Amino acid sequence: MGFEQFVFYVFAGLLLFAGAMVITVRNPVHAAMFLVMTFFTSAGLWLMLEAEFLAITLVLVYVGAVMVLFLFVVMMLDINLVPLREGFMRYLPVGILVALAMIIMMGLVVGPEFGAHPVPERHGPDYNNTAELGSILYTVYVYPFELAAVILVVAIIAAISLTLRRRPLVKHQDPDAQIAIRKQDRLRIVKMDSEKK
Amino acid sequence: MIQLSDYLIVSAILFGLSVAGIFLNRKNMIILLMSIELMLLAVNINFIAFSYYLGDTAGQVFVFFILTVAAAEAAIGLAILVVLFRNRRTINVQDMDSLKG
Repeated sequence: MGFEQFVFYVFAGLLLFAGAMVITVRNPVHAAMFLVMTFFTSAGLWLMLEAEFLAITLVLVYVGAVMVLFLFVVMMLDINLVPLREGFMRYLPVGILVALAMIIMMGLVVGPEFGAHPVPERHGPDYNNTAELGSILYTVYVYPFELAAVILVVAIIAAISLTLRRRPLVKHQDPDAQIAIRKQDRLRIVKMDSEKK
Repeated sequence: MIQLSDYLIVSAILFGLSVAGIFLNRKNMIILLMSIELMLLAVNINFIAFSYYLGDTAGQVFVFFILTVAAAEAAIGLAILVVLFRNRRTINVQDMDSLKG
Protein backbone atom coordinates (compact mmCIF):
# COMPACT_ATOMS: atom_id res chain seq x y z
CA MET A 1 0.00 0.00 0.00
CA GLY A 2 1.55 3.23 -1.12
CA PHE A 3 1.49 6.50 0.77
CA GLU A 4 -1.21 7.91 -1.51
CA GLN A 5 -3.53 5.02 -0.76
CA PHE A 6 -2.82 5.32 2.94
CA VAL A 7 -3.81 9.01 2.87
CA PHE A 8 -6.94 8.17 0.89
CA TYR A 9 -8.07 5.50 3.35
CA VAL A 10 -7.39 7.74 6.35
CA PHE A 11 -9.42 10.58 4.87
CA ALA A 12 -12.22 8.30 3.65
CA GLY A 13 -12.43 6.50 7.01
CA LEU A 14 -12.57 9.76 8.94
CA LEU A 15 -15.16 11.11 6.51
CA LEU A 16 -17.47 8.13 6.94
CA PHE A 17 -16.95 8.02 10.72
CA ALA A 18 -17.83 11.70 11.04
CA GLY A 19 -20.82 11.30 8.72
CA ALA A 20 -22.11 8.44 10.87
CA MET A 21 -21.63 10.54 14.00
CA VAL A 22 -23.57 13.49 12.48
CA ILE A 23 -26.72 11.42 12.21
CA THR A 24 -26.42 9.56 15.51
CA VAL A 25 -25.17 11.97 18.20
CA ARG A 26 -27.72 13.34 20.63
CA ASN A 27 -26.55 16.95 20.81
CA PRO A 28 -27.05 19.10 17.66
CA VAL A 29 -23.91 21.12 18.54
CA HIS A 30 -21.85 17.93 18.40
CA ALA A 31 -23.56 17.02 15.12
CA ALA A 32 -22.53 20.40 13.69
CA MET A 33 -18.93 19.87 14.83
CA PHE A 34 -18.85 16.42 13.21
CA LEU A 35 -20.27 17.99 10.04
CA VAL A 36 -17.31 20.39 10.12
CA MET A 37 -15.06 17.31 10.33
CA THR A 38 -16.74 15.76 7.28
CA PHE A 39 -16.13 18.98 5.34
CA PHE A 40 -12.46 19.06 6.33
CA THR A 41 -11.83 15.42 5.41
CA SER A 42 -13.66 15.70 2.10
CA ALA A 43 -11.61 18.82 1.36
CA GLY A 44 -8.60 16.55 1.83
CA LEU A 45 -10.06 14.08 -0.67
CA TRP A 46 -10.67 16.92 -3.13
CA LEU A 47 -7.04 18.00 -2.77
CA MET A 48 -6.01 14.47 -3.78
CA LEU A 49 -8.23 14.87 -6.86
CA GLU A 50 -6.39 18.09 -7.83
CA ALA A 51 -9.40 20.31 -7.15
CA GLU A 52 -7.43 22.68 -4.94
CA PHE A 53 -9.61 25.76 -5.45
CA LEU A 54 -12.81 23.94 -4.53
CA ALA A 55 -11.16 22.27 -1.52
CA ILE A 56 -10.14 25.67 -0.13
CA THR A 57 -13.56 27.07 -1.01
CA LEU A 58 -15.24 24.22 0.85
CA VAL A 59 -13.27 24.97 3.99
CA LEU A 60 -13.67 28.75 3.74
CA VAL A 61 -17.32 28.92 2.69
CA TYR A 62 -18.77 25.87 4.40
CA VAL A 63 -16.75 25.63 7.59
CA GLY A 64 -16.29 29.39 7.84
CA ALA A 65 -19.77 30.58 6.97
CA VAL A 66 -22.45 27.93 6.64
CA MET A 67 -21.47 25.84 9.65
CA VAL A 68 -21.03 28.93 11.80
CA LEU A 69 -24.56 29.88 10.77
CA PHE A 70 -25.75 26.40 11.77
CA LEU A 71 -23.99 26.61 15.14
CA PHE A 72 -25.36 30.11 15.69
CA VAL A 73 -28.93 28.95 15.07
CA VAL A 74 -28.50 25.76 17.15
CA MET A 75 -27.15 27.73 20.09
CA MET A 76 -29.70 30.55 19.74
CA LEU A 77 -32.73 28.26 19.84
CA ASP A 78 -33.65 26.84 23.20
CA ILE A 79 -34.54 23.33 22.07
CA ASN A 80 -35.96 20.58 24.21
CA LEU A 81 -34.08 17.58 22.84
CA VAL A 82 -36.07 14.78 24.45
CA PRO A 83 -39.15 14.80 22.15
CA LEU A 84 -36.89 15.24 19.12
CA ARG A 85 -35.17 11.91 19.82
CA GLU A 86 -38.45 9.98 19.99
CA GLY A 87 -38.65 7.16 17.48
CA PHE A 88 -34.88 6.99 16.97
CA MET A 89 -34.65 3.36 18.01
CA ARG A 90 -37.96 2.54 16.32
CA TYR A 91 -36.76 3.78 12.94
CA LEU A 92 -33.20 2.49 13.31
CA PRO A 93 -33.85 -0.86 11.53
CA VAL A 94 -35.68 0.85 8.67
CA GLY A 95 -32.95 3.45 8.31
CA ILE A 96 -30.17 0.87 8.29
CA LEU A 97 -32.11 -1.27 5.81
CA VAL A 98 -32.73 1.61 3.38
CA ALA A 99 -29.15 2.85 3.68
CA LEU A 100 -27.73 -0.63 3.11
CA ALA A 101 -29.99 -1.20 0.11
CA MET A 102 -28.96 2.12 -1.45
CA ILE A 103 -25.25 1.55 -0.75
CA ILE A 104 -25.33 -1.97 -2.19
CA MET A 105 -27.24 -0.87 -5.28
CA MET A 106 -24.94 2.08 -5.95
CA GLY A 107 -21.89 -0.09 -5.22
CA LEU A 108 -23.09 -2.68 -7.74
CA VAL A 109 -23.54 0.06 -10.33
CA VAL A 110 -20.30 2.00 -9.84
CA GLY A 111 -17.98 -0.73 -8.52
CA PRO A 112 -17.32 -3.03 -11.50
CA GLU A 113 -17.94 -0.42 -14.17
CA PHE A 114 -15.39 2.17 -13.04
CA GLY A 115 -12.98 -0.17 -11.25
CA ALA A 116 -10.63 -0.43 -14.21
CA HIS A 117 -10.87 3.16 -15.39
CA PRO A 118 -7.40 4.44 -16.38
CA VAL A 119 -5.84 6.65 -13.72
CA PRO A 120 -4.69 9.96 -15.24
CA GLU A 121 -1.19 11.31 -14.77
CA ARG A 122 -0.61 13.87 -12.02
CA HIS A 123 -0.09 17.42 -13.19
CA GLY A 124 3.29 19.06 -12.65
CA PRO A 125 4.02 21.71 -10.02
CA ASP A 126 3.22 24.50 -12.52
CA TYR A 127 -0.41 23.39 -12.84
CA ASN A 128 -2.79 26.10 -11.63
CA ASN A 129 -6.24 24.76 -10.81
CA THR A 130 -7.64 28.21 -9.98
CA ALA A 131 -6.55 29.66 -13.33
CA GLU A 132 -7.98 26.72 -15.24
CA LEU A 133 -11.30 26.91 -13.39
CA GLY A 134 -11.45 30.68 -13.91
CA SER A 135 -10.64 30.45 -17.60
CA ILE A 136 -13.62 28.14 -18.18
CA LEU A 137 -15.93 29.78 -15.62
CA TYR A 138 -15.66 33.28 -17.09
CA THR A 139 -15.96 32.22 -20.73
CA VAL A 140 -18.17 29.18 -21.29
CA TYR A 141 -20.11 29.39 -18.03
CA VAL A 142 -20.34 33.16 -17.62
CA TYR A 143 -24.14 33.23 -17.90
CA PRO A 144 -24.71 30.56 -15.19
CA PHE A 145 -22.12 32.42 -13.11
CA GLU A 146 -24.24 35.59 -13.23
CA LEU A 147 -27.32 33.53 -12.38
CA ALA A 148 -25.51 32.16 -9.32
CA ALA A 149 -24.90 35.74 -8.20
CA VAL A 150 -28.61 36.48 -8.62
CA ILE A 151 -29.47 33.39 -6.56
CA LEU A 152 -27.20 34.61 -3.76
CA VAL A 153 -28.85 38.06 -3.80
CA VAL A 154 -32.29 36.44 -3.66
CA ALA A 155 -31.12 34.30 -0.73
CA ILE A 156 -29.83 37.35 1.15
CA ILE A 157 -33.07 39.29 0.61
CA ALA A 158 -35.22 36.28 1.51
CA ALA A 159 -33.28 35.48 4.70
CA ILE A 160 -33.34 39.09 5.91
CA SER A 161 -36.99 39.68 5.07
CA LEU A 162 -37.99 36.41 6.74
CA THR A 163 -36.28 37.16 10.02
CA LEU A 164 -36.83 40.91 10.14
CA ARG A 165 -39.42 41.91 12.72
CA ARG A 166 -40.65 45.23 13.95
CA ARG A 167 -40.89 45.67 17.69
CA PRO A 168 -43.07 48.74 18.35
CA LEU A 169 -42.34 48.94 22.09
CA VAL A 170 -38.58 49.32 21.75
CA LYS A 171 -37.21 52.86 21.74
CA HIS A 172 -34.93 53.67 18.86
CA GLN A 173 -33.59 56.61 16.91
CA ASP A 174 -35.30 57.70 13.70
CA PRO A 175 -32.63 59.45 11.64
CA ASP A 176 -35.13 60.43 8.97
CA ALA A 177 -37.25 62.38 11.44
CA GLN A 178 -34.11 63.82 13.07
CA ILE A 179 -32.84 65.26 9.83
CA ALA A 180 -36.22 66.50 8.65
CA ILE A 181 -36.75 68.65 11.72
CA ARG A 182 -36.75 72.45 11.22
CA LYS A 183 -35.96 75.23 13.58
CA GLN A 184 -39.48 76.70 13.63
CA ASP A 185 -40.97 73.34 14.70
CA ARG A 186 -39.24 73.38 18.04
CA LEU A 187 -37.92 76.82 18.81
CA ARG A 188 -40.21 79.71 19.67
CA ILE A 189 -38.66 83.15 20.19
CA VAL A 190 -40.70 85.32 22.51
CA LYS A 191 -40.40 89.10 22.21
CA MET A 192 -40.70 90.74 25.62
CA ASP A 193 -39.45 93.74 27.45
CA SER A 194 -36.59 93.36 29.80
CA GLU A 195 -37.45 93.09 33.47
CA LYS A 196 -36.84 96.00 35.82
CA LYS A 197 -35.76 95.67 39.39
CA MET B 1 -3.31 3.36 -7.24
CA ILE B 2 -6.65 4.72 -6.15
CA GLN B 3 -9.34 3.85 -8.64
CA LEU B 4 -12.32 5.97 -9.63
CA SER B 5 -14.64 3.38 -8.08
CA ASP B 6 -13.02 3.92 -4.66
CA TYR B 7 -14.14 7.54 -4.63
CA LEU B 8 -17.57 6.62 -6.00
CA ILE B 9 -18.10 3.98 -3.31
CA VAL B 10 -17.03 6.40 -0.54
CA SER B 11 -19.54 8.94 -1.79
CA ALA B 12 -22.22 6.23 -2.15
CA ILE B 13 -21.71 5.22 1.50
CA LEU B 14 -21.88 8.87 2.56
CA PHE B 15 -25.11 9.31 0.61
CA GLY B 16 -26.57 6.19 2.22
CA LEU B 17 -25.61 7.51 5.67
CA SER B 18 -27.40 10.79 5.01
CA VAL B 19 -30.53 8.96 3.81
CA ALA B 20 -30.43 6.92 7.02
CA GLY B 21 -30.03 10.19 8.92
CA ILE B 22 -33.27 11.51 7.42
CA PHE B 23 -35.02 8.32 8.57
CA LEU B 24 -33.53 8.36 12.08
CA ASN B 25 -33.90 12.05 12.92
CA ARG B 26 -37.24 12.65 11.31
CA LYS B 27 -38.38 15.03 14.05
CA ASN B 28 -35.34 17.27 14.41
CA MET B 29 -35.33 19.81 11.60
CA ILE B 30 -31.72 20.92 12.21
CA ILE B 31 -30.35 17.39 11.74
CA LEU B 32 -32.54 17.04 8.64
CA LEU B 33 -30.87 20.13 7.15
CA MET B 34 -27.44 18.72 8.07
CA SER B 35 -28.34 15.43 6.33
CA ILE B 36 -29.19 17.38 3.18
CA GLU B 37 -25.78 19.07 3.39
CA LEU B 38 -24.17 15.62 3.66
CA MET B 39 -26.06 14.46 0.57
CA LEU B 40 -24.85 17.46 -1.42
CA LEU B 41 -21.31 16.75 -0.24
CA ALA B 42 -21.55 13.14 -1.46
CA VAL B 43 -22.75 14.35 -4.85
CA ASN B 44 -19.92 16.87 -5.01
CA ILE B 45 -17.33 14.16 -4.32
CA ASN B 46 -18.79 12.22 -7.27
CA PHE B 47 -18.55 15.25 -9.54
CA ILE B 48 -14.96 16.03 -8.61
CA ALA B 49 -13.86 12.38 -8.94
CA PHE B 50 -15.34 12.17 -12.43
CA SER B 51 -13.84 15.56 -13.29
CA TYR B 52 -10.37 14.32 -12.38
CA TYR B 53 -10.57 10.87 -13.94
CA LEU B 54 -12.20 12.04 -17.17
CA GLY B 55 -9.96 15.12 -17.44
CA ASP B 56 -12.88 17.55 -17.77
CA THR B 57 -13.00 20.77 -15.72
CA ALA B 58 -16.76 21.14 -16.27
CA GLY B 59 -17.43 18.89 -13.28
CA GLN B 60 -15.60 21.31 -11.00
CA VAL B 61 -17.63 24.22 -12.39
CA PHE B 62 -20.78 22.30 -11.56
CA VAL B 63 -19.55 21.74 -8.00
CA PHE B 64 -18.98 25.49 -7.78
CA PHE B 65 -22.64 26.11 -8.62
CA ILE B 66 -23.83 23.38 -6.24
CA LEU B 67 -21.87 25.06 -3.43
CA THR B 68 -23.55 28.38 -4.28
CA VAL B 69 -27.04 26.93 -4.27
CA ALA B 70 -26.36 24.90 -1.11
CA ALA B 71 -25.20 28.03 0.73
CA ALA B 72 -28.36 29.86 -0.35
CA GLU B 73 -30.49 26.89 0.68
CA ALA B 74 -28.86 26.69 4.11
CA ALA B 75 -29.34 30.43 4.71
CA ILE B 76 -33.02 30.41 3.75
CA GLY B 77 -33.70 27.11 5.54
CA LEU B 78 -32.20 28.38 8.78
CA ALA B 79 -34.12 31.66 8.43
CA ILE B 80 -37.36 29.70 8.07
CA LEU B 81 -36.32 27.60 11.09
CA VAL B 82 -35.75 30.71 13.21
CA VAL B 83 -39.11 32.21 12.21
CA LEU B 84 -40.81 28.88 12.92
CA PHE B 85 -39.22 28.63 16.36
CA ARG B 86 -40.20 32.22 17.13
CA ASN B 87 -43.83 31.55 16.32
CA ARG B 88 -44.32 27.96 17.56
CA ARG B 89 -41.54 27.56 20.20
CA THR B 90 -40.63 24.15 18.70
CA ILE B 91 -38.73 22.69 15.76
CA ASN B 92 -40.40 19.30 15.97
CA VAL B 93 -41.57 18.32 12.49
CA GLN B 94 -44.43 16.40 14.12
CA ASP B 95 -45.94 19.62 15.48
CA MET B 96 -46.09 21.34 12.12
CA ASP B 97 -49.54 20.12 11.14
CA SER B 98 -51.50 23.38 10.97
CA LEU B 99 -52.41 22.82 7.34
CA LYS B 100 -53.66 19.29 7.97
CA GLY B 101 -57.41 19.09 7.35
